[in-house]
Amino acid sequence: MSTGGRGFQFQEPLLFEISREGRQGFSLPSSTKPRREPPEALRRLNDPRLPELSEPDVVRHFTRLSQWNFSIDTNFYPLGSCTMKHNPRVNEEVARYTGFAHVHPYQPDETVQGCLALMHALERYLAEISGMDAVTLQPAAGAHGELTGILLIRAFQTATGNPRRKILIPDSAHGTNPATASMVGYEAVPVKTGREGRTLASVIAQEMNEDVAGLMITNPNTLGLYETEIRDICDIVHSKGGLVYGDGANMNALLSKARPGDAGIDVLHINLHKTFTTPHGGGGPGAGPVAVKKTLEPYLPVPRVVQKENGFAVEHNRPQSVGRVKSFFGNFGMLVRAYTYIREMGPEGLKRVTELAVLNANYVRARLKDSYHLPFETGQMHEVVFSDKFQKENGVTTIDVAKRLMDYGFAPPTIYFPLVVFGAIMIEPTETESKETLDRFCDAMIAIAEEAKKDPELLRKAPYQTKLRRLDEAKAARELKLRFDFTNKR
Amino acid sequence: MRYLPHTDQEIREMLKTIGVADVNGLFSSVPDSLVFKRPLDIPPALSEIHLRNHLRDLSRRNAHGEEWSLFLGGGCYSHYIPSSVSYLISRGEFLTAYTPYQPEVSQGTLQAIFEYQTMMAEILGLEVANASQYDGSTASAEAIRLAVAVKKRRKALVARSLHPEYRQVILTYLKNEGVSVEEIPFTPEGALDRPALKKALDRETACVVAGYPNFFGVVEDLSDVAEAAHAAGALLITSTPEPLALGIFRSPGEMGADIAVAEGQSFGNAMSFGGPGLGVFACRKEYVRSMPGRLVGETVDAEGQRGFVLTLATREQHIRREKATSNICTNVALCALAATITLALWGKQGFKELARMNFDRSQDLKERLAALPGLRIAFSGTTFNEFVVLPRQKPTDVVAKLVDDKILAGIPLWRWYPELAEGFLVCATEMNTDEQIDRFVAALRRLP
Repeated sequence: MSTGGRGFQFQEPLLFEISREGRQGFSLPSSTKPRREPPEALRRLNDPRLPELSEPDVVRHFTRLSQWNFSIDTNFYPLGSCTMKHNPRVNEEVARYTGFAHVHPYQPDETVQGCLALMHALERYLAEISGMDAVTLQPAAGAHGELTGILLIRAFQTATGNPRRKILIPDSAHGTNPATASMVGYEAVPVKTGREGRTLASVIAQEMNEDVAGLMITNPNTLGLYETEIRDICDIVHSKGGLVYGDGANMNALLSKARPGDAGIDVLHINLHKTFTTPHGGGGPGAGPVAVKKTLEPYLPVPRVVQKENGFAVEHNRPQSVGRVKSFFGNFGMLVRAYTYIREMGPEGLKRVTELAVLNANYVRARLKDSYHLPFETGQMHEVVFSDKFQKENGVTTIDVAKRLMDYGFAPPTIYFPLVVFGAIMIEPTETESKETLDRFCDAMIAIAEEAKKDPELLRKAPYQTKLRRLDEAKAARELKLRFDFTNKR
Repeated sequence: MRYLPHTDQEIREMLKTIGVADVNGLFSSVPDSLVFKRPLDIPPALSEIHLRNHLRDLSRRNAHGEEWSLFLGGGCYSHYIPSSVSYLISRGEFLTAYTPYQPEVSQGTLQAIFEYQTMMAEILGLEVANASQYDGSTASAEAIRLAVAVKKRRKALVARSLHPEYRQVILTYLKNEGVSVEEIPFTPEGALDRPALKKALDRETACVVAGYPNFFGVVEDLSDVAEAAHAAGALLITSTPEPLALGIFRSPGEMGADIAVAEGQSFGNAMSFGGPGLGVFACRKEYVRSMPGRLVGETVDAEGQRGFVLTLATREQHIRREKATSNICTNVALCALAATITLALWGKQGFKELARMNFDRSQDLKERLAALPGLRIAFSGTTFNEFVVLPRQKPTDVVAKLVDDKILAGIPLWRWYPELAEGFLVCATEMNTDEQIDRFVAALRRLP
């Protein structure tokens, strides 16, 4: 395959295809140490077929690949429930300070006072923001935080005599919730959302009994709606000895406006990579700290950072702890970024974030509600869900709208989620988008709705302006090719 | 408020379009009793100048590997990261992209992951590797879950010489899934105790998990362990905290491992106080449908051009719900990208040479320490870049004393291994200069 392509529409082969025997892009320091031979029986038989490239080869390859990626730095990324907001560069700079990047997790406590002070402060800030009492920063991602949260519920229930068997999960909750409940040995019991798109206290009252360890609720839920009955729901669960797990992925809607802890939530995970501007990196790293009420604090994962008279220390001995969910101290690099963001914004800034995030979602809702079907008529928080009901009349579905949107230069919204809305189109603009951007996006969405009426075929074959046209996902699953096939290499 | 673009005029126009009088009107669905009415008790906003000063002050309260001599390993390693790695992963198109759910606009991330999968499968000597897990510890736990699922057995035998924090995570992950975890002791060589293993292996055993190299840095041929496990109908899982060792030592696949996991931090990711790491996960092709986490596959687009997509999503939590192979969602794609770039720069030769250099340096250090009076090396087995040292003094005292010389000496083992309470784990990599190594040896010699 050639690296040429047409003009600037270049092709980029795989690393293994541009590799040339004898090239190297790395300089090894010289050493005066004698050469040693590892025992024959332990020596590797076949070298891994890593590519052989110069540094310019590598830089050009990955720079080109980067240009085939859509990102929040290049344009609007209205992916619902993912909170693709601007990622401040100062976060990146400070996380790379040598005093953070080149620190080892097993250094003596007195040599890592900066790391421990930062973690201790971040725990306090997140507790205050969420209305909870204590925080662990150890979980590496949202789903990992969920796992930790359900482990905490299980530990609490076991300590009080019976782990119980079930976890209630409203159908408007995040997709990871049922898998998480099942990993902790619970049966996930789905709960139907009411007609208004909200969980009803009356339904929870019917489902709740002494066999239920807890409820996992997302608030605002994945329809972007605040669960107005949350206080009553929590009371009902508590009255039968259950605990309430809050999925905090949507904290961007609540900062300084409402706190999950005040509504009765007992345990909550917070996605730092969403609300607190650590970049998504094409799929991570994230960080999923878990905040709890006092009753659950003894069960938090070890180790804990504690403040002592002469500074901060790492405490390992906590007999009731659920154990450890990850090696070392969690994704520390992400903690630095989130801490930096909170210090940049302050209390007033965070409040403004939520106000403008909700303003933007409602603005998009108002501008698109005549072109796309709104399954729910009630007040919107930070994201809005439409369906393809109007477009279906012309044989156009959500996926076609999503693919066509790429031709207009925008990332598609989250599609076919939440599952409670058929043909869902879920848009989360976030506070860092300006009115002009939202207008350009809404104009594009409206134009696509018009195209769907006039020329449905145009949409069904979209996109046209991307590097590749619609990809054959069925073929990929049928003829699994998960690595480069060296047998075909010249 | 520099991240917020709205002017007052725009806010007014937007509120008018929506049809509410003011911003508070947007929050009418929050019951008044739940509206948070006081300011958050967090420090006031800082300007960018003050923010950077504050973070720099905090970072300066840490001793770090660019000014101190660092001899710590234990699952997190100081290796040189080529400048191009940080430069390339900082490109906004990689850094600020989402999970590549829409392949037409995510080919950069997808192709890089396909390259990563190929490299990891090659290094571990297995057929398929996935698109990353959180870290070595959770990858180890997920590997056991995979073995339990495919073998339909409920016992895991885990080497006591496996990284102690990995063992802790394994216990946390598996205790509620009805899987019993039994420990296999280590020998005076630091190797897996074969007779103890054979005694414990039975028809209920789903897998044997061994560190390779193990937590003590010991590298051992596990071919016979693989045979024993297979004879009992169980799988061999290897867990590698320092995969640079695989540049010279036999790959897990070459020894008969069925699943191999690793912590990929050594490949181009900073230590960063231990996180984020990079969970590497590879296995035989027959288990691919039970594999946890993402996979990228090759396909074609509507015009027949080669392209890449996320594939086998039906195993994943958002489709399969409670029957998913794992709940993993966001993981560490950017760290996998850093590893891919680093390995592309090292290349086939560089990988081998760097591994060799780490081996040579640490062997040299080990021999020089062994020659010091009153100091012993705990295990006789071959080690990669780290090894257990038994000094005359209490390990915590040794570490505390060397702090005065700006030397971070080693990891005391008492917390995890009462039987090695007198030991500490010492590591040397290409980052330790000859002068650092000389000073370290001299400082240990000076101790009473």
